[in-house]
Amino acid sequence: MALITVRDLSLGYEGKAIVENLNFTVNAGDYLCVVGENGSGKSTLMKTLLTLRAPLAGKIEIGDGLKKNEIGYLPQQTVVQRDFPASVKEIVLSGCQARCGLRPFYNKEEKALALENMERMGITNLADRCYRELSGGQQQRVLLARALCATRKVLLLDEPVSGLDPKVTLEMYNLIAAINKEGITVIMISHDLGAAVRYADHILHIGNSVFFGSKEEYLKSEAGKLFLLQQQGGETK
Amino acid sequence: MIDKLALYLQYPFVRYALIVGVLIALCSSLFGVTLVLKRFSFIGDGLSHVAFGGIAIASVLKITNDMWLVLLFTVIAAVLLLKTGQNAKIKGDAAIAMISVGALAFGYLLMNIFSTSSNLSGDVCSTLFGSTSILTLTKGEVILCVVLSLVVVTVFILFYNKIFAVTFDEDFSKATGVRAEAYNLLIAVIIAVIIVLAMNLVGSLLISALVIFPALSAMRIFRNFKSVTIFSAVLSVICALTGLLISILAGTPVGSTIVATDVAAFLVCWIAGALRGGLAK
Repeated sequence: MALITVRDLSLGYEGKAIVENLNFTVNAGDYLCVVGENGSGKSTLMKTLLTLRAPLAGKIEIGDGLKKNEIGYLPQQTVVQRDFPASVKEIVLSGCQARCGLRPFYNKEEKALALENMERMGITNLADRCYRELSGGQQQRVLLARALCATRKVLLLDEPVSGLDPKVTLEMYNLIAAINKEGITVIMISHDLGAAVRYADHILHIGNSVFFGSKEEYLKSEAGKLFLLQQQGGETK
Repeated sequence: MIDKLALYLQYPFVRYALIVGVLIALCSSLFGVTLVLKRFSFIGDGLSHVAFGGIAIASVLKITNDMWLVLLFTVIAAVLLLKTGQNAKIKGDAAIAMISVGALAFGYLLMNIFSTSSNLSGDVCSTLFGSTSILTLTKGEVILCVVLSLVVVTVFILFYNKIFAVTFDEDFSKATGVRAEAYNLLIAVIIAVIIVLAMNLVGSLLISALVIFPALSAMRIFRNFKSVTIFSAVLSVICALTGLLISILAGTPVGSTIVATDVAAFLVCWIAGALRGGLAK
């Protein structure tokens, strides 16, 4: 059975649907990229998958015994975080919170996990630095390390490279690809169709036209051709 | 001056005031950091006005031990404020303004219509600014204060990591399976308890100052959550002690002296932070 199966899902605000009749499946180990125009409901879809908001209609079936505390999430940055006095270590460790249940303090295992993930993201040297004083790329690595502490199976990323320069963007994509190769399912929202086609193996396009399928199918489809054309047009301008 | 102080310290009511003052300052500063960071600074203000309304009702009903009733009121208001903040039909800050000003008006109205006291404006003034109430605490009230403070501190220590996670990123916490809503509720209830406690010390108008100033001061200087929390607790206790001693020696009102000390400490921290930032660059 698939990890996540979405059937006839409708998303929107206050009864008004933005997206209707969405159907797709995510299997363990997939790298799914969600693309589409601004305001097409990408972030709403992600929040619905995370059960932060309820769908207007339809169903999300979770299979393979996936539990809520096995999901990692890299959200877009919030205003609160911009002047939050917290060290990198404190933030990464907070990713283990769901494992704690009602236990008040982190145990050795969780502390080791936080260290391991900081190492994986190459931020061990920043452990005692203040989060708000880091560069955008470093902050994203911190949040990714936190997400890795929370996940054992699935990682959801909401525009992980927005606001990053090209070099850091490339590093981020490589990190995510490496995580996917280690067997963690990745679902990523992106504006960057070039990267989506390069790294993902499945594409979900929402907006004016809806498409779901493998990368190869997407490149041949009408939606894909149109979108690629627009992107190229935008880039040459 | 030392002799004068030694003389005063022989009176039990002065010792009670010092004990209660320190404990309240400690409790209010612990949750201050979370309130400031969650953009809830005004909740303290709103709840304190609700507590004022509660006191007014209690005095009309001639309930002598009004602390429990006020506590009940304030906890309910805290829960309601938190819920409206999430549903966002009326935005959080507007909801707080509505409840707080409404409670203030009704409180004063009730006190005015049903007043039995000969010195109404004196009563109102002391509820709002806390003037002398801390020096007139009974032993029972002191014990209640100590017990509630211990509860607040214990809850804070046990839930420290959860409070951090929920404050830093509520969506992430919820998405990964942390019961963020339950912890938000816990935070709101504890805040209500702190407000009711702190009313004894500084009166309902000045409570926010006690909650947010130590946190803001600490955030000028320190860069991680643990140090900010510890420093704001220490600073708050020092300011409360200093303020209490000054007010005892100089005969100034307790609440406003403590808050003035907090403001002074904030200015010092602000300058220290600016200097440090300047040097670091």
